Order: sequence, then C-alpha cells, then structure tokens
Amino acid sequence: VENVKLLERFSSRNAAVGTLYLTATHLIFMDSSGKKEIWILHMHLAQVDKLPLTTGGCPLQLHCRNFMCITFILPRERECHDVYTSLMELSKPANIESLYAFSYTDQMDDYSKDYGWDLFDTKTEFMRQGVPNDQWVLSELNNQYEICDTYPKHLYVPSCASTPVIMGSSKFRSRGRLPVLSYYYIHNGATICRCSQPLAGFSARCVEDEQLLHAILKANPPSSYMYVVDTRPKINAMANRAQGKGYENEANYSDIKFHFIGIENIHVMRGSLQKLVDVCELKNPSMSSFLSGLEASGWLKHIQAVLETSVFIAKAVLEGISVLVHCSDGWDRTAQTCSLASLMLDPYYRTIQGFMALIEKEWLSFGHKFTDRCGFLGSVDVKETSPVFTQFLEAVWQMTQQFPCAFQYNERFLLTLHDHLYSCQFGTFIGNCQKDRLDLKLSERTYSLWGYLNKRSSSGVACTTGLRQGCILETR
Amino acid sequence: MEFAEFIKTPMVDGVTLRKPFCKPVEGTLCITGHHLILSSRKTNREELWLLHSSVDSVEKRLDNTRGVVMIRCKDLTRLALDIPSATECLNVALSIEQLSNIDDITLKYPFFYRPTFDILEDGWQAFQQGAEMSRYKECMEDWRISTANKDYKLCQSYPQSVVVPKGVTDEMLAKVAQFRQNGRFPVLSYFHRDSKAVLMRSSQPLTGSSGRRCKDDERLVNAVLGIGIRGYIIDTRSQSAVKAELKTGGGYEPEAHYSQWKRLNQAIERRQVFHESLIKLIEACADTGTTQDKWLSKLDASGWLGHVKDILTCACLVAQCIDKDAACVLVHGSEGVDTTLQVTSLAQVIMDHDCRTFTGFEALIEREWLQGGHPFSDRCAKSAHAVTRQRQESPVFLLFLDCVWQIWQQFPCSFEFTEDFLIVLFEHAYSSQFGTFLCNSDLERKCLKLHSRTISLWSYLNRPEVLGQYINPMYDPNPAVIWPSVAPQSLTLWSGLYLRSQINQSKQQEAWTEVAKIREYDKELRSKVMKLRRHLVFLEQEAVTAGVILPSTLNGDIN
Repeated sequence: VENVKLLERFSSRNAAVGTLYLTATHLIFMDSSGKKEIWILHMHLAQVDKLPLTTGGCPLQLHCRNFMCITFILPRERECHDVYTSLMELSKPANIESLYAFSYTDQMDDYSKDYGWDLFDTKTEFMRQGVPNDQWVLSELNNQYEICDTYPKHLYVPSCASTPVIMGSSKFRSRGRLPVLSYYYIHNGATICRCSQPLAGFSARCVEDEQLLHAILKANPPSSYMYVVDTRPKINAMANRAQGKGYENEANYSDIKFHFIGIENIHVMRGSLQKLVDVCELKNPSMSSFLSGLEASGWLKHIQAVLETSVFIAKAVLEGISVLVHCSDGWDRTAQTCSLASLMLDPYYRTIQGFMALIEKEWLSFGHKFTDRCGFLGSVDVKETSPVFTQFLEAVWQMTQQFPCAFQYNERFLLTLHDHLYSCQFGTFIGNCQKDRLDLKLSERTYSLWGYLNKRSSSGVACTTGLRQGCILETR
Repeated sequence: MEFAEFIKTPMVDGVTLRKPFCKPVEGTLCITGHHLILSSRKTNREELWLLHSSVDSVEKRLDNTRGVVMIRCKDLTRLALDIPSATECLNVALSIEQLSNIDDITLKYPFFYRPTFDILEDGWQAFQQGAEMSRYKECMEDWRISTANKDYKLCQSYPQSVVVPKGVTDEMLAKVAQFRQNGRFPVLSYFHRDSKAVLMRSSQPLTGSSGRRCKDDERLVNAVLGIGIRGYIIDTRSQSAVKAELKTGGGYEPEAHYSQWKRLNQAIERRQVFHESLIKLIEACADTGTTQDKWLSKLDASGWLGHVKDILTCACLVAQCIDKDAACVLVHGSEGVDTTLQVTSLAQVIMDHDCRTFTGFEALIEREWLQGGHPFSDRCAKSAHAVTRQRQESPVFLLFLDCVWQIWQQFPCSFEFTEDFLIVLFEHAYSSQFGTFLCNSDLERKCLKLHSRTISLWSYLNRPEVLGQYINPMYDPNPAVIWPSVAPQSLTLWSGLYLRSQINQSKQQEAWTEVAKIREYDKELRSKVMKLRRHLVFLEQEAVTAGVILPSTLNGDIN
C-alpha cells in the first residue's frame, strides 16, 4: 500500500486532496475530509496515461472500461511512475487463474459459491420454448464436445436430420459450428437457427449441409422457403471465399433466400468505440464538432445496423419464415442479432430472469469469446478485443428507450451487467466457451453473477413492471 | 361574411384524411371561414378540426381525376387529404391557401371564438401588473414603479408602467429612451432574493460611430450599483456584430463612460439565422429515408442545437453573475425583444423555482414575453415550411421553449409541468382560438381591446381539468438554483416535438401514465399508513383507559 498525498480532478474545477491506496484488487482514493471515496477495480482500467508534467505535479489519467475517466495529480514524478507501472501490471493479469474472481469471496456470505451456476441451463430454456417436439430433437452428438468444442453440449436439430448429415454438415462449417436451433417461435413453428460460414470457397459443396438446411426448412412445414442471413458486408464474405470459406451458393440449396446485411466486423467496432469515447471526453467541444465527431465514430450507425438486422429476422419469424443466421465464425454478430431478435419476439426475455437466460444461451453456451473480446488477460491479442457485448447491451438500451413499459429491467441493470462483464469479480464471463468454463471448474472456484444478481436484483427492477405481451419491433 | 369569397367549395364528399400513425378516414370535408373540418359519416364524428391560421403551407398533387392536398401545419405536424375530383382539389387548396393568409388581425378566429367552458378566472386579469409587483416587494426600497410610459409615449413595445431605480426621475427616463433603440430604456426584469442582485434588460444604446453619450443613461445604470461595486453588461451579440451596428447608429456602453460595468459578449446568432435553422431542421426530421450517417450530419448542418447551446450558455452566465457573484446584470442585444428576452427569461427559470410551476411559468411568459414586447404576430406568422416575405418570422419563442425543455430533461423532478405543456404553449403561440399571443405589443393589444373581445389562453389552461393533463407526476418542488449542463454531450433533440410526425410517441405516453399511476398508488398507500397510525394511537389510548394494557408498554410501539 503506497501512501501518497494527491490532487484529484473529476471533470470539474474543484479539486479534492486526499490519499491514494493501491491494494491487490482496487485503487482507492480517499478524500482527506473522508467525504469522498473512489474505488476503482484494477480490472476496470482500460488505459493509464501519464500526462505531461505540470506545475501542480505529475498527472495520471485513468480511462476505465465502464467509460469513467479520472485524472489524479501526484506530487512527485517517481511516485507517479511507480503507480503507473503497478497499475499497468495489475490491470492485465498474465494468466487466467489470477483473475479477481478466483480470489474474490463474498463478504455478505448469504449464499455459497455454487449458487447460481445451474440457474439457467439450456435444456430448461428450450423446454420453455416448447422444444423438443415433433420437429426438433436434442442431439447427443456433442456431449463430449466432439463435433464442435465451442458449442454447448446440448444441440437441438431437426428431427429428420440423421447423424451422418449432422456430422457432414459440421465438417463443412468453419470450426465445426453447424446450423442448430437458437429460438423456436411456438406460435407458428418458425425458428431462428445459427451457424458459422460454410467452407464453400468458390465451388465446394456439401450434400449433408444442403440436406441439413432443407431439414430446417421442413421442420416448419407451412413455409415454402427460408432465409439465410449473412450478417457481413458482401465484400467481406467474398474475401473469405478466397480463403476457402465464404457463403452458401443459392443454386446448390433449394428453397433458400440469401441475404447480406452488412454489419461491420469486430475491428471496425473496436475503432468506432474508441472514436466515440474520444468524442465524449472532448473538453468544451462546439455543438458542431461533437455532432460531427459522433457521426464520424460511426457507433450509432453500427447499432442501427445490428438492430435493423434483428428486426429483419424477427419480422420473418413473425411471418412464419425460418431464418438461419451466420457471420464468419458465428459468435459475434450472430450472437447479437439472434439474441436481439428473440428479445423482440419473446416477452420472457424482457424479464430479469429471461434476460439472464438469454445471455446464458446465446452468448455463454454458444461460445462468444468473452475472455478474448474483453481482453481480460495481458496475453490477449489487442486485435481479438472488441465491444461486441457492449454493443448488444446498448441495442437493448435503445429498445428500452423506445418501449419504456415493455421491460422489467432498467438502465441500471444493464449498466451493472456491463460493469461485471469487465470486473471479473464473478466467474460467469470468464473463459471463451462452455468447455473452457468446465475445464477451469469455474462453478466450484468462483461465484456466479446470476446468483449475485438473483439475490440483489430488486435494485435493478424498473419501476414500471407492467409487462406487455406480444412482440415489439423497432422503427428508427 | 367576408370569407365567402375565398371559399370556392364549401363541402366535398368522399375525402380521405391521412395522418401519421392514424388509419385513413373517409368523410365529408367542409371549409368554413376559420376551420377545415372533416367528419366521418360512419362514426358521425369530427376527425379533423383545423384552424386555417395553423396552416403553414399547402401543396397539391393532381392525377387526372383525383388529387391530393398536403397540409403542413405551423405546429410541425402534417396531414394529407385525398380528394376524388381534380377541380375540387384545386378549389380546396386555393381556399385554404387564401384563408390561411388573411392579414387582417381582426378577422382572426379569436375575435369570433366563444368559449364552451365556464371561465373560472379571467386570464386577462390573472397577471395584472399590480399583483405581479408583489414579487418586487423586497426591493422596493431602491426601485419604484414608473408610469413614465403612459400612453406608450416613450416606448411602444413596453407596458405603461415599468420598474426603474428609485433615484431616476421620469424626465430622465424620457431622455434615456431617446438614447436607446426604440425607446427600450433599462428596466428591472428580475430581483434575486438570495443574493439581492438584480437583472435588467434594455435595447442597445445609440452611440453610433461618433460615440454619442447620454449622461442620464449612465446615471440610470449606475444607480443600480453601490459605490465601488461592479456589474456586468452582457451583450448577446458577437463583437463583430456590434462593430457592424456602430455604422447604423447602434452601439455599446464604452468602458470610459460606464466604468463600473464590465462588458461581456456572449454571442447568440441573429433571429434570421434561427429561421433558416428551423427550416433545415424540419427538413431533416421529415426525411425518414436517411441513414444514421446523414441524419447526424443534417442535424449538425441545421445548426439548431448550436443555437440552443449558445442561448443556454448565455443564460447560465447571467445566472452565475447574479447568483454566485451577487452582481447586477444588464442584458441587451440590438432591439432587445428577441435574444435578450430568451436570456433574461431562461436565467429566471434557472434561478427562481417559482418559474418552474404552472402559474410561475405563465407569469414569466406574460411578464418577459408579452409585456416585454416580443412581437409574436410578426415572429410567429409562419413556421418551418413557408417561404417568408417579410423576414420578420423567427422561432425565437420556440428556441426559448426548447431551452426550457433541455433544462426540464436534465431536472425532470423540478418542474411542475410536463413537456406537453411546453408543446401546447408553442402551438398556441403560432395559432390559437385565444387572443393571448395575438399582436406585437401591449399597445397593439390595448388598441384592439383584446381583453374584452377575445378569450385569454390562461382562462382556458388554468382550469383544473385542463391543467391536470399537464401535471408532471415526478414533480418534487426544489427551491434551489438548478444549473443545467450546456455541454453538447448533454443536449439532445426534442423528439417529442420535432419528430412527433415521424416517431410514434404513444409508448412514451404509456410510460408517463404508468409513472403517474405509481405515484398515485404511492400517495394512496402513504395516506393509508397515516390513517392506520392515527387509528393505532386511538386504539392504544382506548386500551389504556380501559386498563387492558399499561401505558409504559406503548412507547416502543408508536415508533
């Protein structure tokens, strides 16, 4: 623990003087009068900058992952440097086992570590949707993660698809992520399915994959065609073709309608968020520079693209047409659009319980790479990080703005989720897929966020809980 | 009646009305002297009851046998009428066009309107100056009510009595009026109880390039300050705009002659620019085909939010000088009837919690805008869709309401009213069956005897059943000064107004209804608790007198 006198500035002129403490997990600032206290989790630090020396001392600017920005002024440069290097090390642990979740113990001690881990399992969730049924069955093929290690154990596939068809299709899909059920709309039997891109290249085809798609269509008997939505811009998909991947050739698949949507990739999103944060942190911008900066960041345009795609999917399902969604690997844009479309279709997902179930199903079990995308570890390549989940939460927030009475949870609940996404206080978001989490034995060694939220969810409940039935669709 | 010659077709059958978010309705269209009415035969109900004066522009589209008349209203809403015959369509369009552009003010609807409700309190009397003067009781040692402007001799845009420093005689005022544009000499606008500082407003001094002086003007403004105390003159124009006005006889208070005053330029655009801005903004809002990209750059290009920011910044500066520095402030631009009033009235909304109530806000509008001489007739003759001829039109008042909305947005619990109340005021300022916003000044209103010939908007609004619709369920009186953020990050577009034809507001309404219900329920429960508590105390006393329990066991229970 270092004991340093310092000046604190929090975006206003009145500075407070106090002491800065460094603990193993937190950076704590305490006002000398004891009135003000700021706790910053090391895991929340996104960037630490030493600013040029001023007469007052040596300023240290902290950018947090929850978009807080704080500047401390330390009296001596040496101390500033020490704090800086310590923070740099502490904010990015080298290996996964030194993450906060592995050392965290709940002070309140009102529930045990294993509480919450089994609150939401995929089987119960699909049961709620009305699956298995005549058309859809549970497949045991991935019980040991044999055919796809980034997928969940339990896969739901059309009942008429045989084992060879499933095996064959998985070999034809990038990383074995074959088309499986994501959401079953019980009112008309239409479904949302998800997968990764086919290894089609320029001419390759796979009879089993074609049969599986046909089986998905047949599982929704009234409909004569289905949509295949590629959420990437066409140019990106074409570039993938050259690497032996790409997209479905409409000629080989009977009765599908193919759609490119054009959501940008994770690298564009990462850059966009950085620009957005820069614009928001501008000191005294003019109205015009703020608006043009906001526009140049492209962030809202991306949110709009994600929502538009989800609206397209939800509308198709409402009309009784099944949709198969994929992007490249099928764990970023696919997760966003499938979960948002389900959220529009199903009021259950607009409850607190349902929202957790949705995240568990679409994000955690289907292998959104949380550890990589959020950059928890020092070893993670910066190019792998991207605010995909943040974007999803914002899209949900946009919907809560447009339909204020349709959600049980409020902005605070979404913010809490976002804070804990990065805090690593809970094991829930650690690991890149279901298999990782099992291997790490997270359910024994860490707490579950769902358990925590379940115990304390009253603070996140929106005051207007008159839940509306039916579907909600976005407009603008 | 004189209108008959304009009405080419009094009645058309089989007309279909199309409005955003409503199902098309078929019915019979009637054109009367003041209204456009569509009634549906099926439901026997009026589906449309539109004042001609609220029409901003009319467009027609012909297609052989049928035609469409598209009407854009001054309140920024729009509607379309499908008319089965091309000639009828032309007739209807022409009639509306002419009826909506009648210049003679005495032919306007307020002069014909008879209320269908009982007037509880006459709005024309509600804010009589005498009653309002009680606001200034505490500063009456240093100020007095002057009737120097009797018969509007000194200034045509001021009311007959104004509040001026006590030491200044009416003769001096007459001289000062000569020295200020249109005779608008400095008068009291607001007295801040907390700091005892005052806010004054005026028009620019006519110094011209030769540097004219007026000793009485200097005496008047200095009379406000004590010895050695400094005040601020806040000029709402940019320095270059001030220089330009020097050539045409306008000017500013030079330091040499007003040594106790510090002059600050806090530039706000001129009113002509506001109008251009509004046109661009509404065009951008109406274009629903734009992607996010174009939408933001169009919003930016309109410059509207920039004006909002400038006006709020200036108002905050004024409030800061008065509240934090306890310094007196004089605000003026050029004529002192546009930006000046925006700034002085907003400063009061920020500093005076009374202005955030229904009556306080109405009084503020009456005092600063109507008595203060904002030329409503000229400024609100047309809105965003019409090409203006006189270049007098400008959404000055709308910008003020927008700024209030921004503060409302940031302090949702500090206002007694909802945003709908602001929207209603905006609508009535542009077109109304009431006389309140007619004419350009107190003088004109007196000449036309508006108070006896028309009904006041306040008479209508201030009835409980009407006001009830606009009560903010979240209101929690907050006597403190509220400091809004003027950073661009905090300012947003007022979508409840500008986008109400594009984005369905019903979900927001639903949420407010829900909030109101919860507040109501909360209140009910609280009163129930009170009742039960009282009952408990009563029962306990009874029990004690009956000797069932001992008094000593009670203390814990009551708490």
